[in-house]
Amino acid sequence: MTKHGKHNPGNKSEDLAIELLQPLSGRRLIFNYSMTAIAFILSLVALVPLLSIVWEILTRGLSGIKLEMFWLPVIDDGFANAILGTIKMVAIASAISIPVGVMTGIFLAEFSQGSHIAKFVRFINTILTGVPSIVVGIFVYGIIVITFKQFSAFAGGFALAVIMLPVIVLATEEALKLIPNSLRLASASLGGTRLQTTFCIVLTAALPGITTGILLAIARAAGETAPLIFTALFSLNWSDGLLSPTASMSVLIFNLYNEPSPEKTALVWTAAIVLLCLVLFTSLLSRTLISKRK
Amino acid sequence: MHKQPITMSQLSTAIKVSNLNFYYGKNKALAGVSMDIYKNKITAIIGPSGCGKSTFIKSLNRISELETEVKIEGKVEFFGQNIYERRVNLNRLRRKIGMVFQKPNLFPMSIYDNVAYGVRIAGWRPRTEIDEIVESAIKNAALWNEVKDKLHTSALGLSGGQQQRLCIARALAVKPKVLLMDEPCSALDPIATTKIEQLIHTLQNNLTIAIVTHNMQQAARVSDFTAFFNTDESRVGQMVEFGATTQIFSKALDERTRDYISGRFG
Repeated sequence: MTKHGKHNPGNKSEDLAIELLQPLSGRRLIFNYSMTAIAFILSLVALVPLLSIVWEILTRGLSGIKLEMFWLPVIDDGFANAILGTIKMVAIASAISIPVGVMTGIFLAEFSQGSHIAKFVRFINTILTGVPSIVVGIFVYGIIVITFKQFSAFAGGFALAVIMLPVIVLATEEALKLIPNSLRLASASLGGTRLQTTFCIVLTAALPGITTGILLAIARAAGETAPLIFTALFSLNWSDGLLSPTASMSVLIFNLYNEPSPEKTALVWTAAIVLLCLVLFTSLLSRTLISKRK
Repeated sequence: MHKQPITMSQLSTAIKVSNLNFYYGKNKALAGVSMDIYKNKITAIIGPSGCGKSTFIKSLNRISELETEVKIEGKVEFFGQNIYERRVNLNRLRRKIGMVFQKPNLFPMSIYDNVAYGVRIAGWRPRTEIDEIVESAIKNAALWNEVKDKLHTSALGLSGGQQQRLCIARALAVKPKVLLMDEPCSALDPIATTKIEQLIHTLQNNLTIAIVTHNMQQAARVSDFTAFFNTDESRVGQMVEFGATTQIFSKALDERTRDYISGRFG
């Protein structure tokens, strides 16, 4: 186009070509570059804590890692009983909180638009999200541990369920709200009842989002310490059944970090690696589910 | 697509609307609409934006109640039964009066499951019977040759025009008496539009169709009857004129209809 312009001096298209080829003014350029640089540097700074956590745990933990740790109980310098305890308690918590949480989310999103009871439930749920986990622990201690005079995996699982519940309710409600109304109308126009529409169409379509929310809640519960300290307590050896004190990965770290013996110190760092991997794996799983949805 | 002259004696009424007033909350959207939708005929509803065409058609299967708070006065009789009577079962009503929406709204499942959904929710049927219903519905929607090899793949992989025809197949699968179409071609290209129009023509032998369209040529091409809607000074929708399509497009009685059809407004 510029060539064409040169053959016709004074032409309007030439003026335009000149304008298009001119660089931005120096001030604007400097401002642009410096802002980009600041944004880049600040993102690096934000990465520092995360990377240093991973670095610290890996350098201290990897050297002391031993394969038999994965099948020995704490008393024999392993963490097998703790990992089993965490899995047990997260399973109990999921069994309680997933049905209740998903149903509450469905109720809020699909069946109770704008009613007073929905506002009330949503308000309580918001408060529950913000309750410190140590308070949840003391609450479960009060209602279960004192009543049955027994620290147990069940009490620990129940405490974790209270932690997971509001996260699942919120995630379910949000996932259901994202489903376009046109699908509900399509189902209704084929004669679908409210219940059929909700369970066959809306819930199916929202399943990836709900699963993501559940996985994030599980990842959070797996790392919780405070609610377990005085509900599940801890045990150095394999625990017998769900109604006796049960070890967990997070309480293992909390209980043993101050131990003088080098075997126990190595155990703490290895447990930290395993816990980190567990949470990371769950988050990655939920990430892939989100990307599949898009 | 030659149209035969219609004599009134051959017509029977599928839906009779008498003096319908429609309110969204406190806002009046439609005032005093009275018209008939004739059995096994195609009725087009035309008019400028915001004149209440969609509101009107959505009041015929009571789907508008699901979107917002609405209030209705007047009568809509479906083969003699007032559908706004309290005892009417809405699920049964909507199976008899199907609907195709402006944009294709297929469920995120396979092509087969989309069509089978309406059949399945009405009660258990043997697998072979559902297979037959699905096949004949897709054939009736002139889509069978395009999708027969991929029935169990996601319906959302189809093109826009195919999706809209699958929506029609899905509506046909529950064997409605009347099919309401709310601007079914507004999101489609001309070729897909032509296919839908041909489909509408082949369907009319066994089906009563009411179609809202903003495309006047489309109304002229496909319909037997045309209703022209417009807003009055207070922006309330009303029906201005109803008649045989040939009459509306050649010698409309009302000046506003003539103006709209000749492109002077809207």
